[in-house]
Amino acid sequence: MKLGFLVDLNLCMGCKGCEVACKVENEVPLSTWRLRVKYIDIGTFPDTSRSFTPLRCNHCESAPCERICPVSALHYLENGIVNVDSSRCIGCAGCMMACPYGAIYMDPETNTADKCTYCAHRVESGMMPACVVVCPVQANIFGDIEDDNSHISQYIMEHQGAVQVRKPEKNTHPKHFYVGGGTQTLDPLAQQRLEGFGLFNNVTHLKHIGDPHEGVLDRFLAPFKSEEKYDNRSFVDFDNKDYKSELTEGDN
Amino acid sequence: MQNTIHATQAIVTLDVALPGIIWGWMITLNMWAKSIGTGVILVGAFLLYRHKKEEMPNLRWIMPLIAFVFLNIFLLFTLTDLHHPYRMVNIFLHPHWTSAITVGAWMASLFTGLITVMMLIGGFDAFPDIRRHCSIAKKVRANSTLYEKIFPFVVFLAIPVTLYTAIIMAEASARELWQTPAEVMQMMWAAFMAGSSALILVSGNWSKEVRKDLALVLAIATFFSFMMYMGEYFFSFKSAEAEATLAFVHSGGAYNTEFWFGMILGFVIPFFIAIGNMKSDNKTLLRFAAILALVGLYMAKDVWLKIPQLLNLS
Repeated sequence: MKLGFLVDLNLCMGCKGCEVACKVENEVPLSTWRLRVKYIDIGTFPDTSRSFTPLRCNHCESAPCERICPVSALHYLENGIVNVDSSRCIGCAGCMMACPYGAIYMDPETNTADKCTYCAHRVESGMMPACVVVCPVQANIFGDIEDDNSHISQYIMEHQGAVQVRKPEKNTHPKHFYVGGGTQTLDPLAQQRLEGFGLFNNVTHLKHIGDPHEGVLDRFLAPFKSEEKYDNRSFVDFDNKDYKSELTEGDN
Repeated sequence: MQNTIHATQAIVTLDVALPGIIWGWMITLNMWAKSIGTGVILVGAFLLYRHKKEEMPNLRWIMPLIAFVFLNIFLLFTLTDLHHPYRMVNIFLHPHWTSAITVGAWMASLFTGLITVMMLIGGFDAFPDIRRHCSIAKKVRANSTLYEKIFPFVVFLAIPVTLYTAIIMAEASARELWQTPAEVMQMMWAAFMAGSSALILVSGNWSKEVRKDLALVLAIATFFSFMMYMGEYFFSFKSAEAEATLAFVHSGGAYNTEFWFGMILGFVIPFFIAIGNMKSDNKTLLRFAAILALVGLYMAKDVWLKIPQLLNLS
Protein backbone atom coordinates (compact mmCIF):
# COMPACT_ATOMS: atom_id res chain seq x y z
CA MET A 1 0.00 0.00 0.00
CA LYS A 2 1.24 3.42 -0.94
CA LEU A 3 -1.03 6.26 0.04
CA GLY A 4 -1.22 9.26 -2.22
CA PHE A 5 -3.13 12.47 -2.61
CA LEU A 6 -4.55 14.20 -5.63
CA VAL A 7 -6.10 17.65 -5.82
CA ASP A 8 -8.18 18.61 -8.83
CA LEU A 9 -7.56 22.33 -9.08
CA ASN A 10 -10.40 22.62 -11.62
CA LEU A 11 -12.78 21.77 -8.79
CA CYS A 12 -11.21 23.70 -5.93
CA MET A 13 -13.09 26.91 -5.19
CA GLY A 14 -10.79 28.24 -2.47
CA CYS A 15 -13.24 27.92 0.40
CA LYS A 16 -10.38 27.03 2.76
CA GLY A 17 -12.57 24.42 4.41
CA CYS A 18 -9.68 21.94 4.22
CA GLU A 19 -7.35 24.45 5.84
CA VAL A 20 -9.73 25.00 8.75
CA ALA A 21 -10.50 21.30 9.15
CA CYS A 22 -6.78 20.54 9.28
CA LYS A 23 -6.21 23.23 11.88
CA VAL A 24 -8.98 21.85 14.06
CA GLU A 25 -8.19 18.16 13.60
CA ASN A 26 -4.50 18.51 14.30
CA GLU A 27 -4.66 21.45 16.70
CA VAL A 28 -2.23 23.39 14.54
CA PRO A 29 -1.17 26.49 16.50
CA LEU A 30 -1.72 30.07 15.42
CA SER A 31 0.74 31.37 12.80
CA THR A 32 1.51 27.87 11.48
CA TRP A 33 -0.12 25.72 8.81
CA ARG A 34 0.05 22.07 7.78
CA LEU A 35 -2.17 22.79 4.83
CA ARG A 36 -2.81 26.11 3.21
CA VAL A 37 -4.71 27.31 0.16
CA LYS A 38 -2.86 29.89 -1.88
CA TYR A 39 -4.76 32.36 -4.06
CA ILE A 40 -3.11 33.40 -7.30
CA ASP A 41 -4.48 36.01 -9.71
CA ILE A 42 -3.52 35.53 -13.33
CA GLY A 43 -3.96 37.89 -16.28
CA THR A 44 -4.58 41.58 -16.86
CA PHE A 45 -7.74 43.38 -15.84
CA PRO A 46 -10.47 42.84 -17.00
CA ASP A 47 -9.32 39.43 -18.30
CA THR A 48 -8.21 38.01 -14.97
CA SER A 49 -8.79 34.72 -13.27
CA ARG A 50 -8.12 33.50 -9.77
CA SER A 51 -6.82 30.04 -9.03
CA PHE A 52 -6.58 28.23 -5.74
CA THR A 53 -3.81 25.82 -4.84
CA PRO A 54 -3.95 23.72 -1.66
CA LEU A 55 -0.39 23.07 -0.50
CA ARG A 56 0.62 20.39 1.98
CA CYS A 57 3.42 17.87 2.54
CA ASN A 58 4.08 15.81 -0.60
CA HIS A 59 5.03 12.65 1.30
CA CYS A 60 7.89 12.11 -1.10
CA GLU A 61 9.11 8.63 -1.85
CA SER A 62 12.64 9.97 -1.56
CA ALA A 63 12.02 12.52 1.18
CA PRO A 64 14.89 14.96 1.86
CA CYS A 65 13.43 15.68 5.31
CA GLU A 66 13.65 12.01 6.30
CA ARG A 67 17.22 11.80 5.02
CA ILE A 68 18.49 14.84 6.92
CA CYS A 69 16.70 14.18 10.22
CA PRO A 70 19.45 13.13 12.65
CA VAL A 71 17.18 11.19 15.01
CA SER A 72 14.53 9.70 12.68
CA ALA A 73 11.84 11.99 14.06
CA LEU A 74 10.74 12.09 10.43
CA HIS A 75 10.23 8.53 9.28
CA TYR A 76 8.27 6.46 6.81
CA LEU A 77 5.22 4.49 7.78
CA GLU A 78 4.52 1.25 5.95
CA ASN A 79 1.74 2.91 3.98
CA GLY A 80 4.17 5.49 2.56
CA ILE A 81 3.23 8.35 4.86
CA VAL A 82 6.19 10.45 6.00
CA ASN A 83 5.31 10.72 9.66
CA VAL A 84 6.76 13.00 12.31
CA ASP A 85 7.34 12.08 15.94
CA SER A 86 7.62 15.29 17.91
CA SER A 87 8.88 13.48 21.00
CA ARG A 88 12.07 12.57 19.14
CA CYS A 89 12.62 15.92 17.41
CA ILE A 90 15.67 17.85 18.64
CA GLY A 91 14.58 21.03 16.86
CA CYS A 92 17.60 21.41 14.56
CA ALA A 93 15.35 22.61 11.70
CA GLY A 94 17.35 20.56 9.20
CA CYS A 95 14.09 19.24 7.76
CA MET A 96 12.84 22.79 7.22
CA MET A 97 15.99 23.53 5.27
CA ALA A 98 15.70 20.32 3.26
CA CYS A 99 12.02 20.30 2.25
CA PRO A 100 11.83 21.80 -1.25
CA TYR A 101 8.14 22.53 -0.74
CA GLY A 102 8.34 24.56 2.48
CA ALA A 103 5.89 22.12 4.06
CA ILE A 104 7.50 21.84 7.49
CA TYR A 105 7.18 24.36 10.28
CA MET A 106 8.47 24.74 13.81
CA ASP A 107 5.54 24.33 16.16
CA PRO A 108 5.70 27.38 18.44
CA GLU A 109 4.08 25.48 21.31
CA THR A 110 6.26 22.38 21.37
CA ASN A 111 9.37 23.81 19.71
CA THR A 112 9.50 20.79 17.43
CA ALA A 113 9.15 20.31 13.70
CA ASP A 114 5.71 19.44 12.45
CA LYS A 115 3.90 18.95 9.16
CA CYS A 116 0.99 17.27 7.41
CA THR A 117 0.89 13.54 8.12
CA TYR A 118 -2.07 12.82 5.83
CA CYS A 119 -3.89 12.57 9.19
CA ALA A 120 -2.03 9.30 9.91
CA HIS A 121 -3.98 8.87 13.14
CA ARG A 122 -7.28 8.95 11.25
CA VAL A 123 -5.99 6.73 8.45
CA GLU A 124 -4.91 4.18 11.04
CA SER A 125 -8.51 4.04 12.23
CA GLY A 126 -9.85 3.58 8.73
CA MET A 127 -10.96 7.18 8.30
CA MET A 128 -10.12 9.68 5.59
CA PRO A 129 -7.95 12.72 6.34
CA ALA A 130 -9.92 15.66 7.73
CA CYS A 131 -9.33 17.82 4.66
CA VAL A 132 -10.79 15.14 2.37
CA VAL A 133 -13.93 14.72 4.45
CA VAL A 134 -14.65 18.44 4.61
CA CYS A 135 -14.10 19.35 0.94
CA PRO A 136 -17.54 20.35 -0.45
CA VAL A 137 -16.58 19.66 -4.08
CA GLN A 138 -14.48 16.51 -3.54
CA ALA A 139 -11.42 18.18 -5.00
CA ASN A 140 -9.23 16.23 -2.57
CA ILE A 141 -8.83 12.60 -3.54
CA PHE A 142 -6.97 10.27 -1.21
CA GLY A 143 -6.17 6.61 -1.44
CA ASP A 144 -3.84 3.77 -2.35
CA ILE A 145 -1.98 4.55 -5.55
CA GLU A 146 -0.74 0.97 -5.79
CA ASP A 147 -4.31 -0.31 -6.00
CA ASP A 148 -5.52 -0.04 -9.61
CA ASN A 149 -9.13 0.02 -8.48
CA SER A 150 -8.81 2.85 -5.97
CA HIS A 151 -10.46 6.17 -6.74
CA ILE A 152 -7.14 7.99 -6.88
CA SER A 153 -5.57 5.46 -9.27
CA GLN A 154 -8.56 5.62 -11.58
CA TYR A 155 -8.57 9.42 -11.43
CA ILE A 156 -4.88 9.47 -12.36
CA MET A 157 -5.50 7.09 -15.26
CA GLU A 158 -8.46 9.14 -16.48
CA HIS A 159 -6.35 12.30 -16.49
CA GLN A 160 -3.14 10.86 -17.87
CA GLY A 161 -0.98 13.60 -19.33
CA ALA A 162 -2.56 16.23 -17.12
CA VAL A 163 -1.36 14.98 -13.74
CA GLN A 164 1.46 17.04 -12.26
CA VAL A 165 3.64 17.15 -9.17
CA ARG A 166 5.50 20.11 -7.72
CA LYS A 167 9.19 20.44 -8.56
CA PRO A 168 9.66 17.05 -10.25
CA GLU A 169 13.25 18.08 -11.03
CA LYS A 170 14.10 17.64 -7.35
CA ASN A 171 13.80 13.89 -7.80
CA THR A 172 11.88 13.52 -4.56
CA HIS A 173 9.08 11.50 -6.22
CA PRO A 174 6.14 13.22 -4.50
CA LYS A 175 3.05 11.22 -3.75
CA HIS A 176 0.88 14.30 -3.98
CA PHE A 177 -0.54 15.04 -7.40
CA TYR A 178 -2.41 17.88 -9.05
CA VAL A 179 -4.84 17.93 -11.95
CA GLY A 180 -5.61 21.22 -13.62
CA GLY A 181 -2.47 22.92 -12.41
CA GLY A 182 0.08 24.85 -14.40
CA THR A 183 3.42 26.52 -14.05
CA GLN A 184 1.79 29.63 -12.67
CA THR A 185 0.00 27.77 -9.91
CA LEU A 186 2.60 25.16 -8.98
CA ASP A 187 5.92 26.94 -9.50
CA PRO A 188 6.60 29.66 -6.90
CA LEU A 189 9.20 31.23 -9.20
CA ALA A 190 6.45 31.92 -11.73
CA GLN A 191 4.52 33.96 -9.20
CA GLN A 192 5.04 37.48 -7.98
CA ARG A 193 4.52 38.49 -4.39
CA LEU A 194 3.77 42.18 -4.33
CA GLU A 195 4.22 43.63 -0.92
CA GLY A 196 1.14 45.47 0.15
CA PHE A 197 -1.19 43.68 -2.29
CA GLY A 198 -1.54 40.43 -0.37
CA LEU A 199 -3.12 39.60 2.92
CA PHE A 200 -1.05 38.26 5.81
CA ASN A 201 2.26 39.49 4.42
CA ASN A 202 3.74 39.97 7.82
CA VAL A 203 2.15 37.80 10.47
CA THR A 204 3.92 38.09 13.79
CA HIS A 205 3.71 35.80 16.79
CA LEU A 206 1.61 37.15 19.59
CA LYS A 207 3.45 37.32 22.88
CA HIS A 208 1.10 35.03 24.73
CA ILE A 209 1.15 32.40 21.98
CA GLY A 210 3.66 29.62 21.85
CA ASP A 211 6.13 27.89 24.06
CA PRO A 212 7.26 30.15 26.89
CA HIS A 213 10.65 28.44 26.63
CA GLU A 214 11.48 29.51 23.11
CA GLY A 215 14.24 31.89 24.25
CA VAL A 216 17.79 30.62 23.90
CA LEU A 217 18.53 30.44 27.63
CA ASP A 218 15.06 29.19 28.41
CA ARG A 219 15.64 26.19 26.16
CA PHE A 220 18.33 25.04 28.57
CA LEU A 221 16.40 25.87 31.70
CA ALA A 222 13.07 24.49 30.51
CA PRO A 223 13.35 20.95 31.92
CA PHE A 224 14.01 22.37 35.36
CA LYS A 225 11.31 24.98 35.53
CA SER A 226 8.69 23.77 33.09
CA GLU A 227 5.13 24.04 34.25
CA GLU A 228 3.73 21.87 31.50
CA LYS A 229 4.03 18.16 32.21
CA TYR A 230 5.55 17.08 28.91
CA ASP A 231 6.89 20.36 27.74
CA ASN A 232 10.59 20.06 26.95
CA ARG A 233 11.02 17.21 29.38
CA SER A 234 10.96 14.17 27.18
CA PHE A 235 14.57 14.44 26.05
CA VAL A 236 15.40 11.38 28.08
CA ASP A 237 12.29 9.56 26.96
CA PHE A 238 12.96 8.88 23.30
CA ASP A 239 9.97 6.66 22.78
CA ASN A 240 7.72 8.90 24.84
CA LYS A 241 6.72 5.96 27.03
CA ASP A 242 5.35 8.14 29.82
CA TYR A 243 2.99 9.87 27.47
CA LYS A 244 1.90 6.63 25.81
CA SER A 245 1.33 4.87 29.12
CA GLU A 246 -0.78 7.77 30.32
CA LEU A 247 -2.83 7.64 27.15
CA THR A 248 -3.43 3.94 27.71
CA GLU A 249 -4.48 4.56 31.28
CA GLY A 250 -6.83 7.27 30.07
CA ASP A 251 -8.39 4.90 27.58
CA ASN A 252 -8.99 2.38 30.30
CA MET B 1 -1.37 47.85 -11.28
CA GLN B 2 -2.77 46.31 -14.47
CA ASN B 3 -0.41 48.42 -16.56
CA THR B 4 2.73 47.34 -14.79
CA ILE B 5 2.19 43.60 -14.47
CA HIS B 6 2.69 41.50 -17.55
CA ALA B 7 -0.37 39.50 -18.49
CA THR B 8 1.40 36.17 -18.26
CA GLN B 9 2.59 36.74 -14.73
CA ALA B 10 0.76 35.45 -11.72
CA ILE B 11 0.38 37.40 -8.52
CA VAL B 12 -0.04 35.82 -5.12
CA THR B 13 -3.00 37.58 -3.59
CA LEU B 14 -3.57 35.48 -0.50
CA ASP B 15 -1.10 33.28 1.29
CA VAL B 16 0.55 32.73 4.63
CA ALA B 17 3.58 34.70 5.75
CA LEU B 18 6.96 33.43 4.63
CA PRO B 19 8.89 31.64 7.39
CA GLY B 20 11.96 33.84 6.94
CA ILE B 21 15.43 32.97 8.15
CA ILE B 22 15.50 29.69 10.06
CA TRP B 23 19.23 29.12 10.36
CA GLY B 24 20.53 32.48 11.56
CA TRP B 25 23.64 33.99 13.12
CA MET B 26 24.21 31.06 15.46
CA ILE B 27 24.81 28.75 12.50
CA THR B 28 27.08 31.37 10.92
CA LEU B 29 29.08 31.52 14.14
CA ASN B 30 29.06 27.73 14.29
CA MET B 31 30.60 27.42 10.81
CA TRP B 32 33.06 30.26 11.39
CA ALA B 33 34.31 28.84 14.70
CA LYS B 34 34.63 25.34 13.19
CA SER B 35 36.74 26.77 10.38
CA ILE B 36 39.19 28.11 12.96
CA GLY B 37 39.08 24.93 15.06
CA THR B 38 39.96 22.60 12.18
CA GLY B 39 41.95 25.16 10.20
CA VAL B 40 44.64 25.62 12.85
CA ILE B 41 45.23 21.85 12.81
CA LEU B 42 45.48 21.66 9.03
CA VAL B 43 47.72 24.72 8.73
CA GLY B 44 49.70 23.66 11.83
CA ALA B 45 50.37 20.29 10.20
CA PHE B 46 51.57 22.04 7.06
CA LEU B 47 53.95 24.20 9.12
CA LEU B 48 55.30 21.18 11.01
CA TYR B 49 55.91 19.46 7.68
CA ARG B 50 57.78 22.46 6.31
CA HIS B 51 59.69 23.75 9.35
CA LYS B 52 61.54 22.67 12.43
CA LYS B 53 59.66 22.74 15.74
CA GLU B 54 62.21 25.18 17.14
CA GLU B 55 61.04 27.82 14.67
CA MET B 56 57.59 27.74 16.28
CA PRO B 57 58.34 27.09 19.96
CA ASN B 58 54.77 27.37 21.29
CA LEU B 59 52.95 25.66 18.40
CA ARG B 60 52.74 22.33 20.21
CA TRP B 61 50.42 23.67 22.91
CA ILE B 62 48.88 26.77 21.35
CA MET B 63 47.60 24.98 18.24
CA PRO B 64 45.42 22.49 20.16
CA LEU B 65 44.44 25.24 22.62
CA ILE B 66 43.06 27.46 19.83
CA ALA B 67 41.35 24.45 18.25
CA PHE B 68 39.86 23.45 21.62
CA VAL B 69 38.47 26.93 22.34
CA PHE B 70 36.89 27.39 18.92
CA LEU B 71 35.59 23.84 18.67
CA ASN B 72 33.83 24.38 21.96
CA ILE B 73 32.35 27.64 20.67
CA PHE B 74 31.19 25.67 17.63
CA LEU B 75 29.68 22.92 19.77
CA LEU B 76 28.07 25.38 22.16
CA PHE B 77 26.29 27.23 19.38
CA THR B 78 25.34 23.98 17.68
CA LEU B 79 23.63 23.03 20.89
CA THR B 80 22.15 26.45 21.54
CA ASP B 81 20.59 26.59 18.10
CA LEU B 82 18.59 23.45 18.80
CA HIS B 83 15.07 24.07 19.99
CA HIS B 84 15.53 21.10 22.34
CA PRO B 85 19.22 21.24 23.29
CA TYR B 86 19.10 18.34 25.76
CA ARG B 87 17.70 16.04 23.13
CA MET B 88 21.06 16.34 21.37
CA VAL B 89 21.84 13.15 23.27
CA ASN B 90 19.43 11.37 20.92
CA ILE B 91 21.94 11.83 18.10
CA PHE B 92 24.25 9.52 20.02
CA LEU B 93 21.63 7.17 21.45
CA HIS B 94 19.39 6.93 18.39
CA PRO B 95 21.51 7.98 15.41
CA HIS B 96 20.12 8.14 11.89
CA TRP B 97 23.15 7.56 9.71
CA THR B 98 21.86 8.98 6.44
CA SER B 99 21.93 12.40 8.08
CA ALA B 100 25.12 14.42 7.73
CA ILE B 101 24.11 16.11 10.99
CA THR B 102 24.47 12.77 12.77
CA VAL B 103 27.73 11.79 11.11
CA GLY B 104 29.11 15.28 11.69
CA ALA B 105 28.13 15.32 15.35
CA TRP B 106 29.94 12.02 15.94
CA MET B 107 33.05 13.08 14.07
CA ALA B 108 33.18 16.55 15.64
CA SER B 109 32.79 15.05 19.12
CA LEU B 110 35.59 12.55 18.51
CA PHE B 111 37.75 15.30 17.02
CA THR B 112 37.16 17.58 20.01
CA GLY B 113 38.00 14.73 22.38
CA LEU B 114 41.31 14.08 20.65
CA ILE B 115 42.08 17.80 20.55
CA THR B 116 41.43 17.94 24.31
CA VAL B 117 43.98 15.18 24.87
CA MET B 118 46.52 17.01 22.69
CA MET B 119 45.87 20.27 24.49
CA LEU B 120 46.41 18.70 27.90
CA ILE B 121 49.63 16.97 26.84
CA GLY B 122 50.92 20.07 25.05
CA GLY B 123 50.01 22.34 27.95
CA PHE B 124 51.43 20.20 30.75
CA ASP B 125 54.63 19.60 28.75
CA ALA B 126 55.09 23.30 27.99
CA PHE B 127 54.45 24.39 31.57
CA PRO B 128 56.04 21.73 33.80
CA ASP B 129 55.40 23.70 37.00
CA ILE B 130 51.67 23.65 36.60
CA ARG B 131 49.95 20.93 38.66
CA ARG B 132 53.29 19.30 39.34
CA HIS B 133 51.84 17.01 42.01
CA CYS B 134 48.47 16.35 40.44
CA SER B 135 48.06 12.70 39.57
CA ILE B 136 46.20 13.42 36.32
CA ALA B 137 48.90 15.86 35.22
CA LYS B 138 51.54 13.28 36.06
CA LYS B 139 49.75 10.67 34.01
CA VAL B 140 49.37 13.08 31.10
CA ARG B 141 53.08 13.99 31.21
CA ALA B 142 54.01 10.31 31.39
CA ASN B 143 52.11 9.73 28.14
CA SER B 144 53.58 12.70 26.34
CA THR B 145 54.43 10.71 23.22
CA LEU B 146 50.74 10.07 22.67
CA TYR B 147 50.58 13.61 21.21
CA GLU B 148 52.71 12.71 18.22
CA LYS B 149 50.93 9.37 17.82
CA ILE B 150 47.43 10.81 17.56
CA PHE B 151 48.38 13.94 15.63
CA PRO B 152 48.34 12.31 12.14
CA PHE B 153 44.90 10.87 12.87
CA VAL B 154 43.68 14.27 14.10
CA VAL B 155 44.93 15.93 10.90
CA PHE B 156 43.15 13.28 8.83
CA LEU B 157 39.95 13.70 10.85
CA ALA B 158 40.11 17.50 10.52
CA ILE B 159 39.27 17.15 6.82
CA PRO B 160 35.84 15.46 7.16
CA VAL B 161 35.05 17.60 10.22
CA THR B 162 35.72 20.65 8.06
CA LEU B 163 33.65 19.33 5.18
CA TYR B 164 30.60 17.75 6.77
CA THR B 165 28.77 21.09 7.02
CA ALA B 166 28.94 21.25 3.23
CA ILE B 167 27.22 17.87 3.12
CA ILE B 168 24.52 19.13 5.50
CA MET B 169 24.04 22.03 3.08
CA ALA B 170 23.88 19.51 0.25
CA GLU B 171 21.20 17.56 2.10
CA ALA B 172 19.32 20.83 2.61
CA SER B 173 18.18 20.26 -0.93
CA ALA B 174 15.61 23.05 -0.83
CA ARG B 175 18.39 25.66 -0.99
CA GLU B 176 19.80 25.46 -4.48
CA LEU B 177 22.36 28.19 -3.91
CA TRP B 178 24.35 25.72 -1.84
CA GLN B 179 25.90 23.63 -4.58
CA THR B 180 27.87 20.78 -3.06
CA PRO B 181 31.15 20.96 -5.02
CA ALA B 182 31.39 24.68 -4.42
CA GLU B 183 30.49 24.39 -0.73
CA VAL B 184 32.99 21.59 -0.14
CA MET B 185 35.79 23.71 -1.54
CA GLN B 186 34.57 26.86 0.21
CA MET B 187 34.64 25.03 3.55
CA MET B 188 38.19 23.90 2.85
CA TRP B 189 39.36 27.38 1.84
CA ALA B 190 37.60 28.86 4.86
CA ALA B 191 39.51 26.47 7.12
CA PHE B 192 42.83 27.45 5.54
CA MET B 193 41.92 31.16 5.75
CA ALA B 194 40.76 30.97 9.36
CA GLY B 195 43.53 28.60 10.43
CA SER B 196 46.32 30.69 8.96
CA SER B 197 44.75 33.89 10.34
CA ALA B 198 44.48 32.46 13.85
CA LEU B 199 48.07 31.22 13.77
CA ILE B 200 49.31 34.56 12.38
CA LEU B 201 47.87 36.23 15.47
CA VAL B 202 50.03 34.04 17.75
CA SER B 203 53.13 33.90 15.55
CA GLY B 204 54.95 36.82 17.17
CA ASN B 205 58.06 34.87 18.20
CA TRP B 206 58.09 32.47 15.26
CA SER B 207 60.69 32.63 12.50
CA LYS B 208 60.27 34.87 9.48
CA GLU B 209 60.07 31.85 7.14
CA VAL B 210 57.15 30.40 9.08
CA ARG B 211 55.26 33.69 8.86
CA LYS B 212 56.03 33.78 5.15
CA ASP B 213 54.37 30.39 4.79
CA LEU B 214 51.38 31.55 6.84
CA ALA B 215 51.08 34.58 4.55
CA LEU B 216 51.29 32.24 1.56
CA VAL B 217 48.48 30.03 2.85
CA LEU B 218 46.35 33.10 3.63
CA ALA B 219 46.99 34.55 0.17
CA ILE B 220 46.15 31.31 -1.65
CA ALA B 221 43.03 30.66 0.45
CA THR B 222 41.64 34.20 0.09
CA PHE B 223 42.38 34.23 -3.65
CA PHE B 224 40.67 30.95 -4.51
CA SER B 225 37.78 31.47 -2.10
CA PHE B 226 37.20 34.97 -3.53
CA MET B 227 37.27 33.60 -7.07
CA MET B 228 34.71 30.95 -6.17
CA TYR B 229 32.43 33.51 -4.52
CA MET B 230 32.66 35.72 -7.60
CA GLY B 231 31.84 32.80 -9.87
CA GLU B 232 28.87 31.82 -7.75
CA TYR B 233 27.68 35.39 -7.21
CA PHE B 234 27.70 36.43 -10.86
CA PHE B 235 27.37 33.24 -12.87
CA SER B 236 25.06 30.79 -11.07
CA PHE B 237 23.07 30.26 -14.24
CA LYS B 238 22.54 26.54 -13.76
CA SER B 239 19.77 26.65 -11.24
CA ALA B 240 16.55 28.65 -11.33
CA GLU B 241 16.27 29.05 -7.56
CA ALA B 242 19.91 30.06 -7.11
CA GLU B 243 19.45 32.59 -9.90
CA ALA B 244 16.32 33.99 -8.24
CA THR B 245 18.11 34.22 -4.88
CA LEU B 246 21.07 36.07 -6.36
CA ALA B 247 18.87 38.35 -8.44
CA PHE B 248 17.31 39.49 -5.17
CA VAL B 249 20.72 40.20 -3.61
CA HIS B 250 22.06 41.84 -6.79
CA SER B 251 19.23 44.36 -6.59
CA GLY B 252 20.75 45.82 -3.43
CA GLY B 253 19.83 45.84 0.22
CA ALA B 254 21.54 44.83 3.43
CA TYR B 255 22.81 41.45 2.20
CA ASN B 256 24.37 43.03 -0.89
CA THR B 257 26.24 45.49 1.34
CA GLU B 258 27.30 42.78 3.80
CA PHE B 259 28.52 40.55 0.97
CA TRP B 260 30.73 43.22 -0.61
CA PHE B 261 32.05 44.39 2.77
CA GLY B 262 32.95 40.77 3.47
CA MET B 263 34.63 40.33 0.10
CA ILE B 264 36.71 43.49 0.29
CA LEU B 265 37.58 43.29 4.00
CA GLY B 266 38.04 39.58 4.28
CA PHE B 267 39.43 38.53 0.93
CA VAL B 268 40.78 41.35 -1.28
CA ILE B 269 42.66 43.41 1.35
CA PRO B 270 44.14 40.40 3.22
CA PHE B 271 45.23 38.89 -0.11
CA PHE B 272 47.28 41.94 -1.05
CA ILE B 273 48.70 42.37 2.46
CA ALA B 274 49.68 38.68 2.55
CA ILE B 275 51.34 38.91 -0.87
CA GLY B 276 53.21 42.03 0.27
CA ASN B 277 54.24 40.32 3.48
CA MET B 278 55.94 37.53 1.58
CA LYS B 279 58.36 40.12 0.19
CA SER B 280 59.00 41.99 3.43
CA ASP B 281 57.97 40.74 6.87
CA ASN B 282 55.66 43.10 8.74
CA LYS B 283 54.09 41.45 11.79
CA THR B 284 51.61 44.23 12.54
CA LEU B 285 50.30 44.47 9.00
CA LEU B 286 49.98 40.69 8.73
CA ARG B 287 48.03 40.57 11.98
CA PHE B 288 45.77 43.30 10.64
CA ALA B 289 45.20 41.16 7.54
CA ALA B 290 44.43 38.13 9.73
CA ILE B 291 41.81 40.05 11.73
CA LEU B 292 40.23 41.40 8.53
CA ALA B 293 40.16 37.91 7.04
CA LEU B 294 38.36 36.52 10.09
CA VAL B 295 35.81 39.38 10.07
CA GLY B 296 35.27 39.15 6.32
CA LEU B 297 34.92 35.38 6.42
CA TYR B 298 32.15 35.68 9.02
CA MET B 299 30.30 38.22 6.85
CA ALA B 300 30.61 36.13 3.69
CA LYS B 301 29.42 32.99 5.48
CA ASP B 302 26.55 34.92 7.05
CA VAL B 303 25.25 36.21 3.71
CA TRP B 304 25.64 32.85 1.98
CA LEU B 305 23.80 31.07 4.77
CA LYS B 306 20.86 33.46 4.95
CA ILE B 307 20.04 34.55 1.41
CA PRO B 308 18.67 31.25 0.06
CA GLN B 309 16.30 31.16 3.01
CA LEU B 310 14.61 34.33 1.75
CA LEU B 311 13.28 32.55 -1.31
CA ASN B 312 9.72 31.30 -1.11
CA LEU B 313 9.60 27.56 -1.73
CA SER B 314 5.92 27.03 -2.41
